[in-house]
Amino acid sequence: MDRLEWSDGNLFPNESTSIQQIGVRIYDGEDKTPFDNGSLLLTSHRLIWKDAKDQTCVLSLPLSLIVFVEEQAGGFSKSPKILAHLSAPMPGKQPGPATSSKNHYIRFSFTQGGMTEFYRCLADELAHRRWEHIPLTSHQPASQKRHVRAAGIVGIERNIQQKHKETDQNISVAFEDLNKLIAKAKDMVTLAKGISSKIKEKQGDITEDETIRLQSYLLSLGVDDPVTRETHGSGQSYYRELAKQIGSMLEQPLRESGGIMTLTDVYCRVNRARGMELLSPEDLISACKLLEVLKLPVRLKSFDSGVQVLQLQSHSEEESIEKTAKLVEENGSLTAEELSTMAGLSVILAKERLLLTEKSGGVCRDESVEGLRFYPNQFLTRKDLYFQLGRTL
Amino acid sequence: MAASSFEWPWEYNFPPFFTLQPNLDTREKQLQSWCSLILSYQKHIKSHTLDVVEMQTSSLFYNKSIERKLSLESIYLILDRLEKKGHIEWLDKSKKQCYLMWRTPQEWGNTIYKWAKEAGLVNTVCTFYELTDGDDTAGQEFHGLEPDLLVKALKVLESQGKAEIIEMDESRGVKFF
Repeated sequence: MDRLEWSDGNLFPNESTSIQQIGVRIYDGEDKTPFDNGSLLLTSHRLIWKDAKDQTCVLSLPLSLIVFVEEQAGGFSKSPKILAHLSAPMPGKQPGPATSSKNHYIRFSFTQGGMTEFYRCLADELAHRRWEHIPLTSHQPASQKRHVRAAGIVGIERNIQQKHKETDQNISVAFEDLNKLIAKAKDMVTLAKGISSKIKEKQGDITEDETIRLQSYLLSLGVDDPVTRETHGSGQSYYRELAKQIGSMLEQPLRESGGIMTLTDVYCRVNRARGMELLSPEDLISACKLLEVLKLPVRLKSFDSGVQVLQLQSHSEEESIEKTAKLVEENGSLTAEELSTMAGLSVILAKERLLLTEKSGGVCRDESVEGLRFYPNQFLTRKDLYFQLGRTL
Repeated sequence: MAASSFEWPWEYNFPPFFTLQPNLDTREKQLQSWCSLILSYQKHIKSHTLDVVEMQTSSLFYNKSIERKLSLESIYLILDRLEKKGHIEWLDKSKKQCYLMWRTPQEWGNTIYKWAKEAGLVNTVCTFYELTDGDDTAGQEFHGLEPDLLVKALKVLESQGKAEIIEMDESRGVKFF
């Protein structure tokens, strides 16, 4: 479906028509499309489909993209169809109804007959490859370029080379977009700053509520004034400012995610918010180490396993241990994976939670070929342990 | 054979029992239970020796119904603990086999001494045969005790000054104080 292009329906001067059939419906692979009733015109270069009701809705498909065609006979309630296998879309393709499709073939369903005749003409055109000999006018896509006849190893090599070139082009096109995005992002940040300062000036005109809302939108886009080495120098003062910013930025997200977040998640979130001025992992850790010194409500914590997390100062470990032990009790036993889906945590955090609970004696472990599983700690809760039974030997 | 009629404690069907617990409080309880279980089991199958490699696959350390096996490392940890308590004496340096006493020589010694005092045998001499096979001790727990273990028990009493082993013509005897 992504090979189809929008068209104005006009023919090129050196393009000649072959056959036309009304009542044709287009399928994207096996799927129906909105283009369910129109006329299909075969020319020396293209297939052109025109909607029966909306004459401005015209689609075209270069014949050069058709690898081969198949007939599909009709049935009791099925119309006969032509199935066209397509090669990959050419770079520089005109826009069409779809930008991507998982299917590499489309089907034309002939609801009002005429399939056999149309198929014969189409096969004929494909065999003659007239589009190779009579190029269309210059603004047509590069797909009309003369095909190099390829045979033998040289032909294969040439083919591979051509493919490399195409990939190269695709990559540079893609990165061009990225460059544009980067250039625009800077503008966006400036724009956002401008808006927020204007809002500050004209606070009278806009209600407090709206200001706050807009500011929160801006904030969700990113930090409006990221702390950078340029603005805050290097060393401790830089880290201190950074720590303050991280603290205020993550307080809310932390609250929403149960008061705890792995440092990897923190890193991603912080850098996504900063947009342009990316932080290095070392800088992030150095800043996080200062959270406690600065008495911020968010703290860095390292588990025994080495996993580092940020957690709210108000986050109570006892409470989470109690909760975890209770969950294990209720379920008989739990793995980290099971706890993670149950409590909405990442698997890493779920495991840390279980280990922490184990450390405080709330659960005990069962290590087997099936993995690590945690059980309620009956060694500490039950009073009828074997050695306590007072049997005489 | 006899293993089938052994009454396993609940721990035996609790999977974490077979994993060495990292939490020290938990581990303490776990190991204590294991110690008791080994002694009970050995008494049940009336065995005085324990072959570590052999026991690894016995139902004591391998619960087939829950598919859990105690690791060799854990087995040694428990046996070391039993050794410290006096229940085990290693028969070889490589610690493959051990002499296992479900009651320690000290405990046996105490039992025998208590009986001797109650029976008014202080300052008299009893032969070893009288102690383990005599009519007077028929109802006692140490009746039928292994000669080796009896000697160990009496030696403990000797070291405490409660008895003295006396060599006689054909057999040995003991004098209680």
